Amino acid sequence: MTAIELGNVRKTFRVKGGLLGADRHVVAVDDVSFAVPTGGVLGIVGESGCGKSTLARLILGLLQPDRGSIAVEGQRVAAMDRRARARLIQPVFQDPFASLNPMTRVRDIVAMPLKAQGNFGAADVRRRVDEMLARVGLSAEMGRRLPAELSGGQRQRVAIARALVLRPRIVVCDEPTSALDVSVQAQILNLLAELRRELGLTYLFISHNLAVVEHVASEVAVMYLGRFVERAPTERLFGEPEHPYTRALLASVLTPEPGLGVPDVGLGDTLPDPANIPAGCRFHPRCPIAEPRCAVESPPLKARPGGGVECLLV
Amino acid sequence: MTALLEIEQLQVSFGSTAAVRGASLSVARGETHCLVGESGCGKSVTALSVMNLLAPNARRSAKRLAFEGQDLLGLSDSGMANLRGNAMAMIFQEPMTSLNPAYTVGSQMTEVLRRHKRASQRAATDRAADLLARVGITAPGLRLGQFPHQLSGGLRQRVMIAMALMCEPRLLIADEPTTALDVTVQAQILRLLSRLQRDLGLGMLLITHDLGIVARVAHRVSVMYAGEVVESAPTAELFANPRHPYTQGLLRCVPVPGRIKRDEPLGSIPGTVPRIAPGFAGCAFRERCAFADESCSSAIPRHRPSAAHDFLCRLPA
Repeated sequence: MTAIELGNVRKTFRVKGGLLGADRHVVAVDDVSFAVPTGGVLGIVGESGCGKSTLARLILGLLQPDRGSIAVEGQRVAAMDRRARARLIQPVFQDPFASLNPMTRVRDIVAMPLKAQGNFGAADVRRRVDEMLARVGLSAEMGRRLPAELSGGQRQRVAIARALVLRPRIVVCDEPTSALDVSVQAQILNLLAELRRELGLTYLFISHNLAVVEHVASEVAVMYLGRFVERAPTERLFGEPEHPYTRALLASVLTPEPGLGVPDVGLGDTLPDPANIPAGCRFHPRCPIAEPRCAVESPPLKARPGGGVECLLV
Repeated sequence: MTALLEIEQLQVSFGSTAAVRGASLSVARGETHCLVGESGCGKSVTALSVMNLLAPNARRSAKRLAFEGQDLLGLSDSGMANLRGNAMAMIFQEPMTSLNPAYTVGSQMTEVLRRHKRASQRAATDRAADLLARVGITAPGLRLGQFPHQLSGGLRQRVMIAMALMCEPRLLIADEPTTALDVTVQAQILRLLSRLQRDLGLGMLLITHDLGIVARVAHRVSVMYAGEVVESAPTAELFANPRHPYTQGLLRCVPVPGRIKRDEPLGSIPGTVPRIAPGFAGCAFRERCAFADESCSSAIPRHRPSAAHDFLCRLPA
């Protein structure tokens, strides 16, 4: 069974060029196709501006693709109304300070998705909210507080409770622990893992922290300037990375091992510009092993067990 | 030989909230000392106390606070202003908020040198261009004429580092210098800082919450919790033989690539950092500690398993 399926999805944004400049087109997601099986966790990694958050918003139905198809649980996202979408797929965002209404009590925040459906009775709403708060480790007393009266980790628990209260099938987690301290990050990652197993959820898990992705994901996609340049089962991606960008990302992870020093990632200083995607392989200006043909030829997708890689040289 | 920076029994409070409660640490010449801890533990406040950049409502006191043997507590504002940005410099997490958006990179960089060393504009500009090249910026001439918003995050942080080095400081305090950057850029900036630290013999106080950074760049580590330094040791020693339960817990929380078992829970520390009320006594970690008992609410001794390693816990083992 396929939980999430994307076919040739493309999304561009127009950026105003200012007084005299021409408008520019930023290609955020460029012809991306993939499928996530039910119960799987697809981790998406990449640098800021690679399009990973745009991808999340497309799948959530918060943005419309320029072209291509997006389906969750076999239903086209574009054809669903907001309520139906909310019953299937829910987000957990990075910053629990920004994603919770500061004037609304925790209980009411968690109750909101149920009330928006319009067909739950007051007693039913109360019961479901109580259950959900307890399930994410928040006391009834905390339910009466405002978000400002909670710690960052507690706030992220509220966001998770709100996402799961409708019993969705899919949760899109966009950097869910990036704003948290390590000790709290571990608590939240453990909670997300327990909930996934118990409720049979499918996750799309976006993070710039590769160690976190390795811990939670069953497969990983590496995104660069709007494309998946490599995709593989987690063990394979971390054990035998093929794309030079994947290798550079992995090399840049600073594991807590003294004496190793800081690695030379070898990517240079030219940062990618999504408004000006290079010809040929889009990674070639930063690639440590690029050859002249990489500036001309677009790399085809080469199939690999459980995924693929887009590089001329592997 | 006296240490470059000596902090002994530092106390900082804001109203009735104690942010730093008796923290001690020192930075030797040519040493990178990492101060690690979670948000609110007092690590940034410690750094700002050294630079005397605390908010006006802060109260700072210490048994000793000295830079190159010179007392900083009794130093006048103008005496402090002569040190700051000169012999001791600081770089911050978010370079966009610490660079002035209305001035070019060149004018901000040269101002430091003109102010402290009374250098001519030409000499200052030459030095700025030199330093930009040294921190790995190509076309420094072009960058000097640009405004901060025209630079990427990584370039801005390089500019901040170059600016901090304008007056040849002996002490560099870096507060989460790479937290706002992508991992690939983070590695470049940390390599740069390590190289400069070595080449220039800088003493560096590096503040971070990231144990991966600590392991890779620090000579010495101090772990802070709720305003206290709970453990301090040479880096290899701290990672191999952590003694404080909080240090041990922190190390278990970090997912290590290659050693990760999927679906196996990560180590975590239950609970949250407590609010420290006035008159608080005993160990601030006891509510979250698996080994705690009633003796943890009385005064806690500091143990010294070796000359360079100390920790604050009633458990000698």
